[in-house]
Amino acid sequence: MRHTIQVTVNGQTHRVEVEPRLLLVELIRDVLGLTGTHVGCDTSQCGACTVHVNGEAVKSCTMFAVQADGCEITTVEGLATDEQLHPLQEGFWQEHGLQCGFCTPGIIMAAADLLKRNPDPSEEEIRRALEGNFCRCTGYHNIVRAIRYAAARMRGEAVVPRGEAAPTGAS
Amino acid sequence: MEARAYIGAPIRRVEDRRFVTGRGRYTDDIVLPGMLYAWIVRSPHAHARIRAIRTEKARQHPGVVAVFTGKDMLDDGVGSLPTGWQIGPDMKEPPHYALAVDKVRYVGDGVAVVIAETKAAARDAAELVEVDYEELPAVVDAAEALKEGAPLVHDEAPGNLCYVWELGDREATDRALATAHHVTKLEFVNQRLIPNAIEPRSAIGHYDPGRDELTLYTSSQNPHLIRLLLSAFVLKIPEHKVRVISPDVGGGFGSKIFHYPEEVICAWSSRKLGRPVKWTAVRSESFVSDAHGRDHITTAEMGFDRDGRIVGLRVRTIANLGAYLSTFAPGVPTWLYGTLLAGQYKTPHIHVEVKGVFTNTTPVDAYRGAGRPEATYVVERLVDLAAHEMGLDPAELRRRNFIQPDEFPYQTPVVLQYDSGNYEGALNKALEMADYWKLREEQKRAREQGRLIGIGLSCYIEACGLAPSKVAGAIGVRAGLYESAAIRVLPTGKVQVFTGTHSHGQGHETTFAQIVAHELGIPLEDVEVIHGDTAEIPFGMGTYGSRSLATGGSAIYRALEKVKAKARKIAAHKLEVAEEDLEFRNGQFIVKGTDRAISFGDIALTAYVPHDYPEGLEPGLEENAFYDPANFTFPFGAHLSVVEVDPETGRVKLLRYVAVDDVGRIINPMIVEGQIHGGVAQGVGQALLEGAIYDRSSGQLLTGSLLDYALPRADDLPSFEVGHQETPCPHNPLGAKGAGEAGTIAATACVVNAVVDALYHLGVRDIRMPLTPERVWRAMRGLPTDGHAS
Repeated sequence: MRHTIQVTVNGQTHRVEVEPRLLLVELIRDVLGLTGTHVGCDTSQCGACTVHVNGEAVKSCTMFAVQADGCEITTVEGLATDEQLHPLQEGFWQEHGLQCGFCTPGIIMAAADLLKRNPDPSEEEIRRALEGNFCRCTGYHNIVRAIRYAAARMRGEAVVPRGEAAPTGAS
Repeated sequence: MEARAYIGAPIRRVEDRRFVTGRGRYTDDIVLPGMLYAWIVRSPHAHARIRAIRTEKARQHPGVVAVFTGKDMLDDGVGSLPTGWQIGPDMKEPPHYALAVDKVRYVGDGVAVVIAETKAAARDAAELVEVDYEELPAVVDAAEALKEGAPLVHDEAPGNLCYVWELGDREATDRALATAHHVTKLEFVNQRLIPNAIEPRSAIGHYDPGRDELTLYTSSQNPHLIRLLLSAFVLKIPEHKVRVISPDVGGGFGSKIFHYPEEVICAWSSRKLGRPVKWTAVRSESFVSDAHGRDHITTAEMGFDRDGRIVGLRVRTIANLGAYLSTFAPGVPTWLYGTLLAGQYKTPHIHVEVKGVFTNTTPVDAYRGAGRPEATYVVERLVDLAAHEMGLDPAELRRRNFIQPDEFPYQTPVVLQYDSGNYEGALNKALEMADYWKLREEQKRAREQGRLIGIGLSCYIEACGLAPSKVAGAIGVRAGLYESAAIRVLPTGKVQVFTGTHSHGQGHETTFAQIVAHELGIPLEDVEVIHGDTAEIPFGMGTYGSRSLATGGSAIYRALEKVKAKARKIAAHKLEVAEEDLEFRNGQFIVKGTDRAISFGDIALTAYVPHDYPEGLEPGLEENAFYDPANFTFPFGAHLSVVEVDPETGRVKLLRYVAVDDVGRIINPMIVEGQIHGGVAQGVGQALLEGAIYDRSSGQLLTGSLLDYALPRADDLPSFEVGHQETPCPHNPLGAKGAGEAGTIAATACVVNAVVDALYHLGVRDIRMPLTPERVWRAMRGLPTDGHAS
């Protein structure tokens, strides 16, 4: 049996017919072709598939697509506006908050949720908020810095980037 | 205008824009027209004979296109996956087929593949494949596997013994230990680890019948080696008819070096079906099908004279190789381990014996550090424990034994000749950064208040930049270990760099571009680094063993020298002077002592529009280089950690972590620090959290998901304090040594030393890793800690 659902993803509305067992992350990746949201595990531990559903961070492997019927969804592709990077995207870039980049979209989406609730989190608060996301490359050190960088930028404070912008057209 | 000095600058990574915006392109992101999806039916048994496989029901399932078994592949002439490293003439090398033919030998061994129009159909139909197994007794522990009467994994390997390997002078070492003033002895288990790159492995076979060409997309660190093994050994099809593409790869840590069965299955079945076939692991499948790491059982004894000088080291190790020999597996617990046992110390006599053993477990191969963390663990645990036993400060005992800066090149008794180093310098810097003596005071005060603080040191050395090909050949590597590069200057002066290494998080697109932009005096954005496609790149050897900058970067440097030499000829012609009258500065050839100059861009254009051109010189500006290193490189460092142990619960909290590393000349300090951070996190993971556990009777992997296997999370770790010392490598043009594995090699021993330091006064000499609260709690109470679970 298939169900017709309507979801708005990154501002674009889609009507799609789905099997009831289809996961939200499968809808996003395989049906809508938005491959920035990743799948890193099958037990909802890794957080690579984190997206926003109606403004809240959700691991999109923990929801069926049919449960997202009528929802507003934002993925990492919907974070930048007119090529202007979101402060978190800028922060991860400036502070070398990523290496292989696979966990990055999920961590950025989880961090965006954190900063909405807590605009000036301490290191400890950031580390606790990232409990649901694995990164195997960075040891989290620069991820913490990237999030603090973004938080400062979003509070309108001046920030000194760690990384030197080499190529033109950056950020 | 001065050209920018890119070497040494913390340039923000050029590859990151695509990653932060969700536009990375990993293998599973690729969708090809007409693509089919594969699901592999895996053995639920650790050891069983396959009596029959019935596939009819699965074939009839809607959407299913084909079901293949190991016998189908064998009948079609598909060969065994070879290992790339031979240890001695008598090494047992039983066949390893992509899908098991007669027996399954570990939980997760593939027995059939279902290929269907959708992922869901393939997965559903896989449930309908009926395999009739005759269960056999299994053995998962390497020491058990060596015992008389143990279940036999392969008929070709009696007693489950793959090889016995030894290095060093047995008699001299025995004599030195017999007459030593003090001997410290420990029995270790360096536990099995599961690498867990966050991107699960994925492969797409894409056969084009029109061109008779096979393209394999694969999440690999090593595309050329995969092409060579797949074409020449397994599928037996011409190498030039196979193209391997490794697009963005989401971490590897060694686990994506190897040639895996799924690559063969997708490539072969795509040829059979004439359509693309994709397989992507789900995580619980990664747990049983990605090569595991470590898994040593070791007895080691280190002898000292009256003054605390090391007189000898004897090591006996049983290494679990798993059920089959993975690509680099035989070499990891032998040459990459035994040769590092001198550490940073003047150890006159060393003897090591290693038994490589087959068991009914997932194959074990190189995981970040590969042999060197195991060696460092042996040496640094023994030195540290010896200091406690002899009542000496652990830093002081190390100092008494360091190889001194004026003693290089230093020949160890285990083959390697260290080229350079300043070990005491790195230790002093780490002690200073941590304020060591003040920490010792604080530790004393804390103890008076009933708090258990421990301080751990780890002074490590690694052999990286694998490796001089002649040496590789002498130690049984069935390959050369040079690296390739090509520099293609385009008519507009933009530059494409092709490297045989592969980046899966290390930032080569930035670091290598920095070298090129720096040397040519051009803007970084004019340089593009291309890797991971065998159709574009000269034959290269991939990325592992912290080799990419030292070997791949050096190859780029050599190719640049050739480009500059040709550019100089063109410049001399255009400026009508002799070549030696020119100097190359800031992206220009300048006639010495004048302001007459020609820019690199103008030379590039001239090379491709050679109207006014030197007689006899070929047009174009494109050069290749293959760089074969003269020696290994020897990064080293000193790490220090501070822990607090909860006396009530045994929980260990890592309070501080200080790392001083000497990785040679640094091209991008921000990237190097990131490599150290990540390496340390994995080493801490082994010390405190991670461990693969097999049930001894059933052979089931009990830690088979991220629910059961504890990877470090953000709140398990502190921020790290990272310092550098820079002793350039004397034998490669960049002076670079490699930074990818340093943190992992140092950190495990560093943290365990700190915990034992916190508890030594309670009678604790050692605790088996991972140092879970239960184990620590038991150790504090004198109870055994080598139990299974916990």
